[in-house]
Amino acid sequence: MARMKFLCDADRCIECNACVTACKNEHDVPWGINRRRVVTINDGKPGERSVSMACMHCTDAPCAAVCPVDCFYTTADAVVLHSKELCIGCGYCFYACPFGAPQYPKTGNFGSRGKMDKCTYCAGGPEADGSQAELVAYGTNRLAEGKLPLCAEMCSTKSLLAGDGEIIAQIYKERVTKRGYGSGAWGWKTAYKDGIAI
Amino acid sequence: MRKTLALIAACIALAIAGLNPATAQQPTSVNPTASSVQEDKLLNALKPNESVSGRVTIPDSQSRRLIQPEGRDYQAERAQSAQLGGYIIVGAFAVLSLFYLVRGRIKITGGPSGRTITRFGFLDRFAHWLTSTSFLLLALTGLNLSFGRTLVLPIVGPETFTVLTQYGKFTHNYISFAFAAGIILMFLLWVKDNLPASGDIRWFAQGGGLIGLGHPPADRFNGGQKLIFWSVVGIGGAIAVTGYMMMFPFQGTTMADMQWANVWHGLLGFILFAIMIAHIYIGSLGMEGAFAAMGSGQVDANWAREHHSEWAAKMGTDADRVSSGAKPTPAE
Repeated sequence: MARMKFLCDADRCIECNACVTACKNEHDVPWGINRRRVVTINDGKPGERSVSMACMHCTDAPCAAVCPVDCFYTTADAVVLHSKELCIGCGYCFYACPFGAPQYPKTGNFGSRGKMDKCTYCAGGPEADGSQAELVAYGTNRLAEGKLPLCAEMCSTKSLLAGDGEIIAQIYKERVTKRGYGSGAWGWKTAYKDGIAI
Repeated sequence: MRKTLALIAACIALAIAGLNPATAQQPTSVNPTASSVQEDKLLNALKPNESVSGRVTIPDSQSRRLIQPEGRDYQAERAQSAQLGGYIIVGAFAVLSLFYLVRGRIKITGGPSGRTITRFGFLDRFAHWLTSTSFLLLALTGLNLSFGRTLVLPIVGPETFTVLTQYGKFTHNYISFAFAAGIILMFLLWVKDNLPASGDIRWFAQGGGLIGLGHPPADRFNGGQKLIFWSVVGIGGAIAVTGYMMMFPFQGTTMADMQWANVWHGLLGFILFAIMIAHIYIGSLGMEGAFAAMGSGQVDANWAREHHSEWAAKMGTDADRVSSGAKPTPAE
């Protein structure tokens, strides 16, 4: 079975935010929630790099481990999803996530956060694939139709890659070898406990 | 005219020469690729509780954080704290059960006298029951957040467990104010009588009378009770502070602060819960005549003379105080 991952080639990312826009539009993400974001390091200085970051769908996901109501589950493709029905909005998953993926729609009394929302790898949620209930709560389910996440599909420079981990790691390695440099597969060691040896 | 043109031409030539890097005064040029930020270098350069962060176009400042590796450490610490807490609580129950089986209920030697001394007035008892009731509610809902997933969820199923935990969380947040008010009231009422005194050393040396070395003298509060007081006020206060940090997230606190507060709130909670189990034991099952102190407020005189001899001597019984002229004699 494929083990789905994201890889952002920071040396190609031009901070166009097409990935951010694609995700927001495709899944009708509410105001204030940013499932995917582009972070620019050393902005304005030589060696500035931009990285597109959303949920990395980690191995041994820390969010799933700290959840008091066990609302997370991992699919056969290793995509980490959660149930908004079961979520109590405690916010622990945000403290545990190394990438800041969990987002909360509300700022209620005493830290009430509403139901957590995050990148779903365009794989929806526990509701039936392609159903209206799933669409309203989690967005479209492209994976069930055999398609890859829209952020990677819309990337203008093909810096954001999504797909089976072995395949995208291979693509990245070939790129780095051909051009002679690579700032790293950002987040891979933290998420998958396994970096890419370039 | 020609001289001016020549001068201008010379200036332009100099300018062009100046633009040419080869003839410029600073020959070194920057290679942006060589100076690019490398992920592993940035991660290795992180100090404890630092994250790799940059600039974003989103107003949410939390999203500037790209990678915070200590999220996984937080997960590990939570797991360790829960394991430790489990041992502490189960251990407390085990030790108390053993103590009861061996020592039994501590009786009043000579039996109750039938005469009472007023120990705690209405305000004292109100402070105690306000704090204790809210503490038990907080403890149960809090323990559910730590252990519910393992112990309760398999029994009731996910949907029911979510409803339970959701309302549990609301209860926990709102009742916290009653607990905080209670410990502040307790502090104001009893701090005077809970200051460490020389008699406490002797009290501890005789094992508080628990291990059959005779009853040591004690004032209004004995050494053990003073420990309970400072545990409730001190540990309870720390629990309250970390709890409010969590109820008002990221208000002046960093990610590291929030993770630290979350772990310590739980750990201190487990410890205080274990201490309170012992306190509840001795105040109910463990000692004859103890519950009356907080129940009605009046304790048996014999009980008082055994366990709080100095205080009993100061007070005298209620009957004595009534007959010693509390009511004024009418004028003849």
